[in-house]
Amino acid sequence: MTTQADKPAKAERSFPKPQFTDAEAGALVFPSSTSRAFSYYKPQKMRATMYEDVTFDVQPDPERHLLQGWIYGFADGSSGYPQDWTALKSSDWHRFLDPNEEWEQTIYRNNANVVRQVQQNLANARKAEAYQQWSRSWARFVERHVGAWMHAEQGLGMHVFVAIQRSAPTNMINNALAVNSVHKLRFAQDLALYNLDIEERLDGFDGSAHREVWQSDPAWQGVRENTERLTAVQDWAEALFAANLVFEPLVGELFRSHLVLQISARNGDYTTPTVMGAGENDYDRDLRYTRALFTLLLGDATHGAGNKAVVQEWLERWAPVSLEAARRLQPLWSQSAEKPVRFEDSLDRAKERFARLIEDLGLAAPADRTSERNAK
Amino acid sequence: MSRQSLSKAHKKITELSWDPTFATPATRFATDYRFDKAPKKDPLKQVLRSYFPMEEEKDNRVYGAMDGAIRGNMFRQVQERWMEWQKLFLSIIPFPEISAARAMPMAIGAVPNPQLHNGLAVQMIDEVRHSTIQMNLKRLYMNHYIDPAGFDISEKAFANCYAGTIGRQFGEGFITGDAITAANVYLTLVAETAFTNTLFVAMPAEAAANGDYLLPSVFHSVQSDESRHISNGYSILLMALADEDNRQLLERDLRYAWWNNHCVVDAAIGTFIEYGSKDRRKDRDSYAEMWRRWIYDDYYRSYLIPLEKYGLKIPHDLVEEAWKRIWNQGYVHKVAQFFATGWPVNFWRIDGMTDDDFEWFESKYPGWYAEYGAWWEAYNRLRHPGANKPIAFEDVGYQYPHRCWSCMVPCLVRQDMVVDKVDGQWRTYCSETCAWTDTTAFRPEYEGRATPSMGRLTGKREWETCYHGQDLADIVTDLGYVRDDGKTLIPQPHLDLDDAKKLWTLDDVRGNTFISPNVALNEMSDEEREAHVADYRSRTNITPSMP
Repeated sequence: MTTQADKPAKAERSFPKPQFTDAEAGALVFPSSTSRAFSYYKPQKMRATMYEDVTFDVQPDPERHLLQGWIYGFADGSSGYPQDWTALKSSDWHRFLDPNEEWEQTIYRNNANVVRQVQQNLANARKAEAYQQWSRSWARFVERHVGAWMHAEQGLGMHVFVAIQRSAPTNMINNALAVNSVHKLRFAQDLALYNLDIEERLDGFDGSAHREVWQSDPAWQGVRENTERLTAVQDWAEALFAANLVFEPLVGELFRSHLVLQISARNGDYTTPTVMGAGENDYDRDLRYTRALFTLLLGDATHGAGNKAVVQEWLERWAPVSLEAARRLQPLWSQSAEKPVRFEDSLDRAKERFARLIEDLGLAAPADRTSERNAK
Repeated sequence: MSRQSLSKAHKKITELSWDPTFATPATRFATDYRFDKAPKKDPLKQVLRSYFPMEEEKDNRVYGAMDGAIRGNMFRQVQERWMEWQKLFLSIIPFPEISAARAMPMAIGAVPNPQLHNGLAVQMIDEVRHSTIQMNLKRLYMNHYIDPAGFDISEKAFANCYAGTIGRQFGEGFITGDAITAANVYLTLVAETAFTNTLFVAMPAEAAANGDYLLPSVFHSVQSDESRHISNGYSILLMALADEDNRQLLERDLRYAWWNNHCVVDAAIGTFIEYGSKDRRKDRDSYAEMWRRWIYDDYYRSYLIPLEKYGLKIPHDLVEEAWKRIWNQGYVHKVAQFFATGWPVNFWRIDGMTDDDFEWFESKYPGWYAEYGAWWEAYNRLRHPGANKPIAFEDVGYQYPHRCWSCMVPCLVRQDMVVDKVDGQWRTYCSETCAWTDTTAFRPEYEGRATPSMGRLTGKREWETCYHGQDLADIVTDLGYVRDDGKTLIPQPHLDLDDAKKLWTLDDVRGNTFISPNVALNEMSDEEREAHVADYRSRTNITPSMP
């Protein structure tokens, strides 16, 4: 029998010995002992927000505090975040703050909430065998056209927004672009996985049809062309403007809000609007920061007039592209059994919203404001 | 995640990309690498549907820990010696993080692999997370630690302090120049795969030993994202290796990236761990021991060497050279000594070393006391104002060093300093490899091959040049390193906040003129310069013991 005393002596464990140091705020009074705010930038309001504190000046700027300048350059001599990567100019790029105040916690909370909401709805739909209640024509609509939209979101997310979040002169702008990009990529994946979900549960649903539709269906070639041309834009602000202030209201909202969200319920589908609605909610947030940025740039005391001329030119270049893409989608309005909305009415609403957005920015709305119904 | 399996879901999202026919994505960032022959390699699978809730949960744990630290009065237990160095570290690190986010489109544009693009896009938003979570940690320190000065000017100080500029390479290097050199080799293959181990694993362990369990909470959460990033980098590397023509570039970039990371990260993290800790248990690992484990064994032997079978030429000589600098040549100790010499132009306080520290250093690095002990004794002797100048302006047998033009850490292994006239200017380099970086690697031609996409070293690379010939008080004022009474300095060479007479003010440092070693070098005649360089290389720079 062994006793406690027989056990071999164990080496004493080595571990750090915490000490009471009394190094907490207020333990002593001395110069700067109460200096408990970041003093290197001026917050927009009296008290700095969390968003401002964790975002401002993290990307340095030779026009602010960067003493030695950028220490690496590109082969052409440019370095850091050149302001001339856009034709627009600003008296102070740092004045832009994201009205959504996106930082780490908001990004994950918002997107995780969307994921949970979509997942729960889809779980309920599976339990209720909801897809099986769809008519063949509606299933085909979802398979082909709801499916095709995933590509537009992916293309914009990956090759417009991820691409340009390296390009703007401040951290506040680049972070807003980065958040925009993950909205798009998440939404694209939501649509892809929704497509997979249906394919696994609905006999005859072709989960691969969306690719061929996106690549060759004449109704979608305008949207694809618009998307691809957006990815090719060099100027980051032009890409942002043409995507969020032209393509989205004229094509994105037209398809998502003025078609899919309007007709799904009448066709016995309550799941597609949940997935699609999440994307629409993302766009609301993304539009908010885009409008804030362009309002600032177009109202700039020194450069506002010049910026307006540039953006007006962009508008004239891109509005026809997106209007053409929108019009080519017209056949979709007649492809479901229930057709509660007319294409002309939908496009009129999209054009009206687009014109309001543009006029709010102080730009001249494009000439083509004729009602689609009257035009006929 | 739904019942759909991850691999099925991942396969499905590969359907999202397509081959464009109307227009192709803009090329914003050039590379000299070629991927036409590359087989597509899959990175770690990640679907955003599972990613967002996972990260939200990780965040909740971190923020729970933060609440707990405040409720539990963690700051009654943190070591000021440790926290002061965090003013420097946390001023630097959010920029490399956000730079890594910005680097992702450079890699995406260069590598034609849609599966990989998804992984890189997820990495992008990870990096936004890391940057803001670290900024928030710093904000918490500023609010709850006894001395907020230095935290309160953090991003400004990062942008104008010499130490911030050294650290800025570990960030600017990710986003500028050849897209693959920057966003893959420098960022992912070396910085993330090798050096985040010491940054985000070894250093947080030391923080915990010094009473700070928030740094581990935040940085281990950050590190748990890194495995995905490492997987992204590895996939790009395997694709690059498929083309023979890339191998010469890979060899160049691995040499540059390895050596620069060693110079910069080992200087900083080595100093924080060795000179910021109060934990002097003889059986706790020294930085050299940590380096041997995390860098030499885990990275070099387990990750780099196996890549030789794919034809990658590994910089064995530079790995051994880095180890030699750390183990035999006192690299970390010399850097810490330099930081402490320059204390008036820092924005944090540096605690002197005590007998307990001496004993620990001697046991870990035999011979340490003979080389550095007397200098630290002088540092302690001169720590309060009144009877003396700051140590850099007193004769303690220490010559202020030249700065390396490439890595911007001073030329501290003095016998290795290289001097060369480059682009019409006399420049000093800490080593042959740093000289090669400037004169050979970052040039439009490399070994007879055109490298039009390669970056350039730019900027005012010697910090001292910005203040040559100016009075120290004016420099500190210009930097903004003054406390809210308008006269007391933020930096102090001690931790004594309890007595105003012990705190240095602008008046105490006035009358000392600051000289740029590089300006002085360029003003010398050829003979003077040769003599100066010979003296510099041969001088031991060891402070004699007080009688």
